[in-house]
Amino acid sequence: MSPVQRAIESAWRVEAPRLIGGLVRLTRDVGRAEDLAHEALVIALERWPETGIPHNPGAWLMTAARNRGLDALRHDARVAEKHAEIQAVARFSTEPDEAIEVGDDRLRLILIACHPILSVDARVALTLRLLGGLTTDELARAFLVAESTMAQRIVRAKRTLTEARVPFEVPTGTALHDRMPAVLEVIYLIFNEGYWATSGADVVRPALCADALRLGRTLAALVPLAAEVHGLLALMEIQASRMRTRVAADGSPVLLQDQNRARWDHLAIRRGLDALARAEKRAQPLGPYTLQAAIAACHARARSTEATDWWRIVALYDALVEVTGSPVVALNRAVAVSMAAGPEAGLELVDALANGPALQSYPLLITVRGELLARLGRIPEARAELRRAAAATTHLRERERLYARMHALDPSAVDPDPMPGGDFSA
Amino acid sequence: MRVMVIVKASAESEASVMPGEELLTAMGAYNEALMQAGIMLGGEGLKPSSAAKRMIIAGDERRVVDGPFAETKELIAGFWMWEVKSMDEAVEWARRMPSPQSGHTEVDIRPIFSAEDFGEAFTPELQAQEERMREELAKRGS
Repeated sequence: MSPVQRAIESAWRVEAPRLIGGLVRLTRDVGRAEDLAHEALVIALERWPETGIPHNPGAWLMTAARNRGLDALRHDARVAEKHAEIQAVARFSTEPDEAIEVGDDRLRLILIACHPILSVDARVALTLRLLGGLTTDELARAFLVAESTMAQRIVRAKRTLTEARVPFEVPTGTALHDRMPAVLEVIYLIFNEGYWATSGADVVRPALCADALRLGRTLAALVPLAAEVHGLLALMEIQASRMRTRVAADGSPVLLQDQNRARWDHLAIRRGLDALARAEKRAQPLGPYTLQAAIAACHARARSTEATDWWRIVALYDALVEVTGSPVVALNRAVAVSMAAGPEAGLELVDALANGPALQSYPLLITVRGELLARLGRIPEARAELRRAAAATTHLRERERLYARMHALDPSAVDPDPMPGGDFSA
Repeated sequence: MRVMVIVKASAESEASVMPGEELLTAMGAYNEALMQAGIMLGGEGLKPSSAAKRMIIAGDERRVVDGPFAETKELIAGFWMWEVKSMDEAVEWARRMPSPQSGHTEVDIRPIFSAEDFGEAFTPELQAQEERMREELAKRGS
């Protein structure tokens, strides 16, 4: 690719989300909008090397795509004389671009890509493709599926949207806020895909964190009154601030309490705390993302595990249990209680959860139980629990960590070799 | 990647000529677009160098010089911090900036170092020291 072509492509890439969002408004068809946007790129690649990149490339591309779409529609309408197409021609030729808030087109695209009618997988793929600018190949690598599988997923998602005739108008007020959970879920899922990708062999996966943060910032700018948007952004910023300390040089996970807090990204923490303040100002009561961010902020503010305000964390978990009703959250709350009031109090809560139906063989619960027993000095019981957790987990790294922990608790005991890639290698 | 986008000073910015209504509106719209694209991490405009002080460090010696400073073209009038995917993307966004001054303006786009860029020479000890410093700065700013 020549330098001129590269410059044209990057100009197009910057405009693409708004361009496609605007074209969706006219075509009411995501696939068609994407095609037209690409056709506009082809025209630009023909013309711009001679004319230079225009002063307002976005408007230029929109006009080119519109004219191309209009030609095709007039042709179709002449052939078929279909009412819908004639209407579409009218829409294309009369709607003034200036009347539309620029941000609206971007928001429209986010809402369509994250439409609740689509499966979460489809939403994630479409969002990263249309708003994050990821290619099908990059998406396939990021989500560890074949390129053909990913291509299929995207085609099917676009077809679903067309067939369901989802409305392409941007909702306002309560209707807009009702759509937020489906969007936030997608953004946080993208973030977690990157956050938990420790392999490092392929940079596409960790880069998903940056993609998610960017989407979060975009949404915070577009829907500034939605408290949970700021809450999610705060949560992601604070979690991302620990990125370089949460994995050891050998690739094994490092627990929060063992992380070198001096190496956290304190500028990211500042951005996170700012976003949290915006969320808390707008929300009453606090939503699940804001509560999680507030918990993360307690850790971010503390100089050490001991200096952490565990009672505040317990209170935040109380609220989070109420909002989510999740037993996993209740387990986290038990850990916080053990830090605030001692291991005995924590163990009592964990035992109650272990007797419930939801978490009986949940590896994390067994691990937590083992660690609490260790803190109480009940080493043989603790080791037995950690061994049980190692057998239950499907994460190889985590299993190795558990065996190392067992060994640290009693170096004289002989444990079976963890055998990487053995029976448990799910 | 993070970049710092540095708007160089001009005779106008050094003379503290305030931007007109039109430029303010255009800059507002531009900043809004940066926010909506999700790339904006921060940015500020700087007062002219007549309000500045310069510390000159030579070995153990410290000397303070009051502004204004003569070499206008080397001064900066403002900056942004952006998080972008590539230098190409940064260039594209910088291209969309409204002309910040009536005449000629230079805008530098500088990628920001991250710890990985220092490689082996950046020892864990040095790294810890740098992080402590950064932490102190963040605390003082808050």
